[in-house]
Amino acid sequence: MSGTVRLRPPSNELNPRVVGWWRAQWALTFAVPVAVLVVLGLLISGARFWLLLPAVVLGVIALPFVVLMPLWWYRVHRWEVTDTAVYVRTGYFWQEWRVAPMSRIQTVDTVRGPLEQGFKLATVTVTTASSKGPIKIEGLDHELAADLAQQLTETTQATPGDAT
Amino acid sequence: MPTVPEEATESWRRLDRRTIYVSALVLAGVAVGAGVPTGIGIAAGNGLGVALAWVLPAAALLVLGGTAADYVRWLKTRYRVGPERAELHTGLLLVKRRSLARERIRNVDLTANPLLRIFGLVSVKIGTGEQRQGGESTLVLNPVTKTEADRLRRELLARESTVDERPGVDGTLARLDPAWIRYAPISFLVPALGLAAGGAVMQVSDWIGIQDGFVRWMIDLFRGFPLVLAILVLAGILLVVGFVGSLALFVEMWWNYHLEREPGGTLRVRRGLLTTRSISLEERRLRGVEVVEPLGVRLAGAARVDAVATGMVQRQEDDKTDNKTLLPAAPKELADHIAAVVLRERKSPTEAAQLIGHPLAARGRRLRWAIGTVVVLVAVLAVLGLLLTDVLLHLAWIAAVLGLPIAVVLAVDAYKSLGHAISGDYLVARAGTVRRATVALQREGVIGWTVKQSIFQRRAGLITLTATTAAGSGGYAVLDAAESEGLAFADEAVPELLGPFLERG
Repeated sequence: MSGTVRLRPPSNELNPRVVGWWRAQWALTFAVPVAVLVVLGLLISGARFWLLLPAVVLGVIALPFVVLMPLWWYRVHRWEVTDTAVYVRTGYFWQEWRVAPMSRIQTVDTVRGPLEQGFKLATVTVTTASSKGPIKIEGLDHELAADLAQQLTETTQATPGDAT
Repeated sequence: MPTVPEEATESWRRLDRRTIYVSALVLAGVAVGAGVPTGIGIAAGNGLGVALAWVLPAAALLVLGGTAADYVRWLKTRYRVGPERAELHTGLLLVKRRSLARERIRNVDLTANPLLRIFGLVSVKIGTGEQRQGGESTLVLNPVTKTEADRLRRELLARESTVDERPGVDGTLARLDPAWIRYAPISFLVPALGLAAGGAVMQVSDWIGIQDGFVRWMIDLFRGFPLVLAILVLAGILLVVGFVGSLALFVEMWWNYHLEREPGGTLRVRRGLLTTRSISLEERRLRGVEVVEPLGVRLAGAARVDAVATGMVQRQEDDKTDNKTLLPAAPKELADHIAAVVLRERKSPTEAAQLIGHPLAARGRRLRWAIGTVVVLVAVLAVLGLLLTDVLLHLAWIAAVLGLPIAVVLAVDAYKSLGHAISGDYLVARAGTVRRATVALQREGVIGWTVKQSIFQRRAGLITLTATTAAGSGGYAVLDAAESEGLAFADEAVPELLGPFLERG
């Protein structure tokens, strides 16, 4: 076994709108505590500095999450569905490649959260019999996601066995 | 339940009526246990008469009400085992009807606590072995007679089709060797049990209102001693208690242990002194075994064998005593032998496999983690010591002097433990130092791969490779394997799964 073996990236990128969706998620996550701190800081004059300082710190921490990181994640997140397997690469601080063969897929779900609906995106969740968690393809165009779920369901239904 | 004449549904059966006595006894026990301290408490303030006036009616209400409720439950519960389905109807207000398809039933476990045993009763759990939360895939018959339980077990698990063609031993595979008890006290259970016992003493003394007195008595007892000696003596007492406790626990759990293979392809573990347990495992569900060597046990040259089987997860919630253990800590050779016999192999893959070691970079990671942990601990102690008290500073240097060598030894050992290999039909992976586990997983049972790489691993050329499976913990990892070699290994272990996504060259 000479030479190097490496995993090639899955062939498809997510929908570019996913960057906006990630940004919105992080912006909301940080906006809530920042807003609370700012409001309190404006109301309580005595502790104004000690309330506004963490608000500023949080705001600074939030910046890369809202501006830069989603661009990086967009480059990392990729997916591919072949006739025999679902192959996904995800990763925030750890990169993760996951493969599940068609014959072992148990359920295929499509989920659209409120924010996702706003961006016309959807998440396809593929579960196998393993308790290690499902494979998720986040940030697909919602029509593409529906087609994909349909296709996956048909393929897996054609495969006999109890998938364990 | 409508009153259907018994003749029309002759196969409907009831639970054993003596469940009512069992509930009455349990409730009486609870009433005494809760009533006596409460009574003493009230009597101390208001006299015996008042206390009895409060406690006795409450106790009577509890016992009578509870027993009546159980009587109704008994009245309203019916089960039957038809050719197609096993069904259970129960409930007064909320009528529940459950049915399991016979062909999907994969485990019939029997448990009998001491009270049930007095009446010759057994609680039966019938499950399909699906990993579903909430237990809708299990029927619990609590209780039926022993003979009925045996009949159910035999009938539900008997299947012609599952008889394994491969050679293998039927009958008893292993039974308890009393000498194994020597492995019980070398475990982290000992200090834990000791502390638990200490906590229990404090709690009970608090309930009956003598905690302050008890603490004062302890302080008086140690008045003459220096603090360190007092602490050592106390720790010693707790350790002895924990030691005895671990022995008692072992006897309770493993008394009369039998591992047998029944015709039809069922592995059965029977054990228990006070509470008897019978755990049946269809071989069809077995995806491999895990040979586990906790540190102390490993140093004593022993190991435990766990089953890696589908659908065992949910059943741990009610019985914490590891249903998946096929063999308690026993000499290593025996553990390997049992692993081989259970898998119907000549030699256990966990032993036969020539494990491939992992790159030196993996050792570096382990050393950094271990030393980092100690450094953080020491730093925290030192900073707090500078701010608060010198005692912590002393603790800091003691922690550094003792902790660093231990950390290094453990890290190096952890690195030596790492390994993976393919052995016949099995994928073998080993890792861990405090709990070293060697898993042999059927390559057929792998239902996916997860490859994970942190930024640091990427720089060191390492990957963590997880074979996902429906069995056991759901995934078994090969930690910090060399990137290229690990991927090739995964591809070879389960052909055509990872292959299309690999680039060679």
